[in-house]
Amino acid sequence: MSLCMPEPDAGVLARRAEIVAAMRAIVPGEGVIDHADGLRPYETDGLTAYRQPPLVVVLPETVAQVAAVLRWCRDHAVKVVPRGAGTSLSGGALPLADGVLLGMAKFNRILHVDYADRIAIVQPGVTNLAISRAVEDEGFYYAPDPSSQIACTIGGNVAENSGGVHCLKYGVTTNNVLGVELVTIDGEVLRLGGQGLESAGLDLLGLVVGSEGLLGVVTEVTVRILPRPETARALLIGFPELEGAGRCVGEVIAAGIIPAGMEMMDRAAIHAAEAFVNVGYPLDVEALLIVELDGPAAECAHLIEAVARIAEANGASSIRASSDDTERIAFWAGRKAAFPAAGRISPDYFCMDGTIPRRRLPDVLARMKLLSEQYGLGVINVFHAGDGNLHPMVLYDANVPGQLELAEAFGADILRLCVEVGGVLTGEHGVGVEKRDLMPAMFSAIDLAQQVELKHAFDPAALLNPGKVFPTLHRCAELGQMHVHGGKLPFPDLPRL
Amino acid sequence: MSVMLRPTDIGELCDLVAAFAGKDDRLCLRGGGSKDAIGAPTPDVTVVDMRGFSGVVDYDPPELVLTVRAGTPLAEVQALVAAENQMLAFDPEGLGTTIGGVIAAGMAGPLRLTRGGVRDHLLGFEAVSGRGERFVAGGKVVKNVTGFDLSKLMAGSWGRLAALTEVTLKVVPRPQLQQTLLLRGLDPAAAVAVMASALGTPAELSAAAHLAWHGEPVTALRLDGFAPSVAARRAMLARDALAALEPIDDDEGDALWDAVRHVRPLASAPILWRIVVAPSKAPGVIIALPGAAWLLDWAGGLLWLASDSDPADIRRVAEAGGGHAMLVRGDTALRGAVSAFHPRSPALTALETRVRRAFDPAGVFETGRF
Repeated sequence: MSLCMPEPDAGVLARRAEIVAAMRAIVPGEGVIDHADGLRPYETDGLTAYRQPPLVVVLPETVAQVAAVLRWCRDHAVKVVPRGAGTSLSGGALPLADGVLLGMAKFNRILHVDYADRIAIVQPGVTNLAISRAVEDEGFYYAPDPSSQIACTIGGNVAENSGGVHCLKYGVTTNNVLGVELVTIDGEVLRLGGQGLESAGLDLLGLVVGSEGLLGVVTEVTVRILPRPETARALLIGFPELEGAGRCVGEVIAAGIIPAGMEMMDRAAIHAAEAFVNVGYPLDVEALLIVELDGPAAECAHLIEAVARIAEANGASSIRASSDDTERIAFWAGRKAAFPAAGRISPDYFCMDGTIPRRRLPDVLARMKLLSEQYGLGVINVFHAGDGNLHPMVLYDANVPGQLELAEAFGADILRLCVEVGGVLTGEHGVGVEKRDLMPAMFSAIDLAQQVELKHAFDPAALLNPGKVFPTLHRCAELGQMHVHGGKLPFPDLPRL
Repeated sequence: MSVMLRPTDIGELCDLVAAFAGKDDRLCLRGGGSKDAIGAPTPDVTVVDMRGFSGVVDYDPPELVLTVRAGTPLAEVQALVAAENQMLAFDPEGLGTTIGGVIAAGMAGPLRLTRGGVRDHLLGFEAVSGRGERFVAGGKVVKNVTGFDLSKLMAGSWGRLAALTEVTLKVVPRPQLQQTLLLRGLDPAAAVAVMASALGTPAELSAAAHLAWHGEPVTALRLDGFAPSVAARRAMLARDALAALEPIDDDEGDALWDAVRHVRPLASAPILWRIVVAPSKAPGVIIALPGAAWLLDWAGGLLWLASDSDPADIRRVAEAGGGHAMLVRGDTALRGAVSAFHPRSPALTALETRVRRAFDPAGVFETGRF
């Protein structure tokens, strides 16, 4: 493993039997896993480039057990890595050799749904999609929809502040969570937020959402649910020039239209996707936009026309509007298959995740092309165009000596470029271990020290998920990518957006 | 009389904070001063007037992002975005306030129900901590998960963590049309039920309030959007047994929402509480505190209550409804005796203290006001 993680504590490793016994005393039966074969499924998450079996896996079933585990670990200076479904693309749930892996999978119940107050109270191991499924008969859904929603848990969503295709209009996790129950490393059970829109005092809930498991372990989540829009329709728009597509996106928003989703693909991505799923994408274009609009049928019809007019004015060469849900889903099929499609045309690729101001897109893509020539590696781009979140895929072949290192350097250059033009290192995948060592590209030592001070306010001995988010002294990490080898995606069944 | 300092650049502010922290002295951060009368009186404290940090840093409307210095008057910010047909979606009230003051108070208006609060629209900021150090957090793009989300903490921190000098906000398009629909004569329980049922349809209300308006109780629902969409959504509401909804003209609608935003029906009440609860619990709170005057915003989730009942009773009732009560108006004696914030559990109080210390180890921003 090329990634630098904190050096395992020999004293803790030597005490493994004692630690396992202590865990068994708290969580009886099969809730403690210490056999090598049992640990292996937990050795990595969605960022499979890095693997490390944990010291022991603990799967508690009650809040009291979570509190007892954390308190014991604090008292005995043992590190703890919390884990939901393990779909993180940034290594947020990567285990530590000398750490307890605290899996929250058994907290899988929907506790309460209140349609009058439009909230659902759920345990953290409930999957994102299961919340929507539980309330769909009443016409409701939970809005944030990360592409891994069939597998990822709401607890993991809270830790990562997960987004999704629809977040331009409906917000990310933090905008849709009203409260959590949080167990601290001291074993204290706290309620942050509640069922109302605001908390009393400091907004600690807002701090905990997106804190990547560094501040505490969430044991219950209260989310807002929304009535499902009456209809959704999509436009598929081809542009002979990238600039026209970029202007179109800006003008749609300037016209006061906030689409439910607005996605862009570059020429290479269009060709890769079309070759893979054959949904009739135009191949003679430089950029393809998918614009989805939702709401009452009359609103969708009105906005479809408005967006089409803007597209025409910006030189669109083809415009198709979906007439039914089957066609709308077909428009999306190529986009949703972009990652496996990349896997077909290249033995390996890294998926990056930076955000830029949208106006800089032509600029950034031009410079990415230059970098691509310099490094001699291909890159294809899919882009959450509405909010400026780029997912460049750097193509390489790990079997060609030196290409892996080149691809890593190329990826890091792309993320530095995002920061240079006024953007950020990660729009939705999280920092984790993946972008940890690039944090100084965006934050000064003082900025980072301020965040670390907050970490210490919750966890003074830094026992919760250490080695994540904040750079360590050594810069030796692979940077900013989802590692895919031989076309094998982590969680190959999940769509990746 | 308080001493007033007015730094105009960040270096000056850093030096000032560091000097006060070093002397174990206290600083009260102040924007436009519109909320001076919230919290315990602190007559002898040194005030830092933040209005020296004023002006637009960057505004590119199609990006939906605005960066301004924190001491810029709110009215100026609102005029700037209105000229581009955009708005601050958290719908702040504020006569004489600065944008930094609005953020520090974290108080959002009627649109907060569906468009999010101050916390949801502060993308990033620059500030000076209690160490006298300049730091930044968040970013200047709408989608960002790089590092801890300190913006959430700054919103509603009331100047107790750091002095905001520059803020980056998400702005949104202003709707083409706003239509307000009224139901008359409902009691609070019926009004909250009606608002919940309307919000449970896909009609996508933007705001919902219940108040005494021209001498009678009215329940007001607002639809925002493009004309064909507003018409379709109004028809949707009528389908859902809300046929008695009566549209009012735009000026009347504007006046009504302005009144809700500024709590005008309770403007002359000597004591005012701001109670946040789950909407369905609001009628119970009203019933438990007879004799109070009140206004319901956020479909019942925000209860403005004018009551001279025992503060302990008010807080007990709010808590029984799963909520909390903040004292936002009272004479100096009351504010000296009753904390503005609803008390938190000892464990939470201890954690909040550690979080404050993480920004401000010497307590230079802890004036005793909260």
